[in-house]
Amino acid sequence: MDNAFADRLRKKSFLLPEAYGNEFAKRVFQRKDILFALAVLLFFIGLALFAPLISPYDPNAIDLKNKNLNPSEEHLLGTDYLGRDLLSRVLIGARTSLSIASGVVLISLFLGTAAGCAAGYYGGIVDESVSRVIDIFLSFPGVIFALTIMGVLGSGVFNLMLALSIVHWAKFARMMRGQVLSIKKQEFVLSAITGGAGDFYIIRKHIVPNAIATLLVLATIDFGHVILSISTLSFLGIGLPADVPEWGAMLSAGKEFMRTAPCQTIFPGLAITLVVVIFSILGDGMRDILDPNHEGGEIY
Amino acid sequence: MKYFLKRAGFMAFTVFAVCALTFFLMNVIPGGTAELILKHTLVGLEESATEEQLSQISSRYNLDDPLYLQFFRWVKEAVLRGDIGTSYIYKKPVLYLLALRLPATVQLAGASMALAIVVGVSLGIYSALRENRISDHILRIVTLFGVSMPGFWVALILILIFSLKLKLVPVSGYGNLENLLLPAAALSFHSVAAVMRVTRTSMLETLGQEYIRFAKAKGLPVWKIISRHALKNAMLPVITVIGFQMGSLLGGAVVIEKIFAWPGIGSLLVDSISARDLPVVQGCVLAIVTMFLLVHFLVDMLYTHLDPRIRYG
Repeated sequence: MDNAFADRLRKKSFLLPEAYGNEFAKRVFQRKDILFALAVLLFFIGLALFAPLISPYDPNAIDLKNKNLNPSEEHLLGTDYLGRDLLSRVLIGARTSLSIASGVVLISLFLGTAAGCAAGYYGGIVDESVSRVIDIFLSFPGVIFALTIMGVLGSGVFNLMLALSIVHWAKFARMMRGQVLSIKKQEFVLSAITGGAGDFYIIRKHIVPNAIATLLVLATIDFGHVILSISTLSFLGIGLPADVPEWGAMLSAGKEFMRTAPCQTIFPGLAITLVVVIFSILGDGMRDILDPNHEGGEIY
Repeated sequence: MKYFLKRAGFMAFTVFAVCALTFFLMNVIPGGTAELILKHTLVGLEESATEEQLSQISSRYNLDDPLYLQFFRWVKEAVLRGDIGTSYIYKKPVLYLLALRLPATVQLAGASMALAIVVGVSLGIYSALRENRISDHILRIVTLFGVSMPGFWVALILILIFSLKLKLVPVSGYGNLENLLLPAAALSFHSVAAVMRVTRTSMLETLGQEYIRFAKAKGLPVWKIISRHALKNAMLPVITVIGFQMGSLLGGAVVIEKIFAWPGIGSLLVDSISARDLPVVQGCVLAIVTMFLLVHFLVDMLYTHLDPRIRYG
């Protein structure tokens, strides 16, 4: 399915292979919805980076006298079951989610690109074995797998990144493999081979630059999925240690007080939704540029 | 026919590989298993566990053998006698526990899938027919949020509105239709949005075709054009997405079951992971993967049936 998609992409796309990356960037900056989403994303990243400076309270300061408060002037989003300021916690939670998700996407991107390049470029037995492994990793729900790995490793930032990367690399590998297969047939690769260029040189100079736009789109879409996975695992209590402020964990703790203090259930979830919506708009918009005729299915 | 065999072979291979993967994953911590069994056998006596007791358990469960031997013994028992291990905690065969929990998961996933198909497809058609009008824009924004909201949050918000504020349905429970409503709605939310999105796009494409214009020119009523001419052609991409959604449904079911205390395989999996009841974890993963592969197989079969141009080689 992904091969067919990659071929379709090359045929229907009106972008020339050599000017691929530049042309893609130019088109991205012509789209209003993408620019808007990018601006909001930068704003979120700014909030996450400067969270300790802008948050009105210490996110971990316990104040039992003021627990389970509704929003007020002192506490804009209210307080949680230990009296901690919810706004400060949601802000600092953005750090956790965005940094872990960046790590996971980067690791998956690197592993997936390497595996996909190896499979697509060398073909034969390498392709056969790498493809089988990819098939297996894609043949069952990722959350289940991540859950099982976390169950064995135990909670922790590093373990969470490891577990999610193990789950997410396969998508990148499959996409990259399809890309390599179609790029390999192009004349400029053939001429590079004829010119005596080495494998690594061709992969680095010709194949990766031509696949970068597609990989970027996949990475953007996947970023949202990773954020959802992180919060899901933390919500189940097997993601991060209890002292790390994370949106899913906040929801999990807050749900016990839903009847009297619903804010703890509403705001962290809203934060997750907003961030994922931004990545959806970005990803969908960029995919439209690459493949104007895609069917709207989750091909990735 | 050859394709079916190849496909069945791949499915068997995948199930085997996943079992092997989880089995080795579970046992990477050396010596942990015997302590674990002992801890669950003698509650409260963890500290007094002696070397002797540990070695007794090790020899009873053959834990001193190399891992690959243990794995082959596990496979042999599974294939020959259908015995996939015994729970450390419940002291019952894993297969029995799974059989006990399976109906609840099938019920929840089935209801959610049905909801996703019925609601998603009809809203998608509606949205396509009203292209670029206000209702279409609203529905598109709703789908954008629908695919972005975490399932567990949807579940909590639904509980907050329908159970706590309006007091229409119970917060949790199992057995009645009213118990099924909220979990199914929460679980299907994401899939409804995804199915709707694809239906809309695919329907718009189909409605632009020549033969639809001809049917319109012929004076056929809209519902007849949709049901007779457009729907069947527009459904192909929708079926692909439904296949994909099945995976996210089974994954999402884990959290949803946990929230609503739904007695399915998902909540069994989470509980077993927390309690480190490894044979049960292994069994749950096996069950979920098998279900997932079977559904994908069925979807592919349906695909060839609906579009005879597709022939798998």
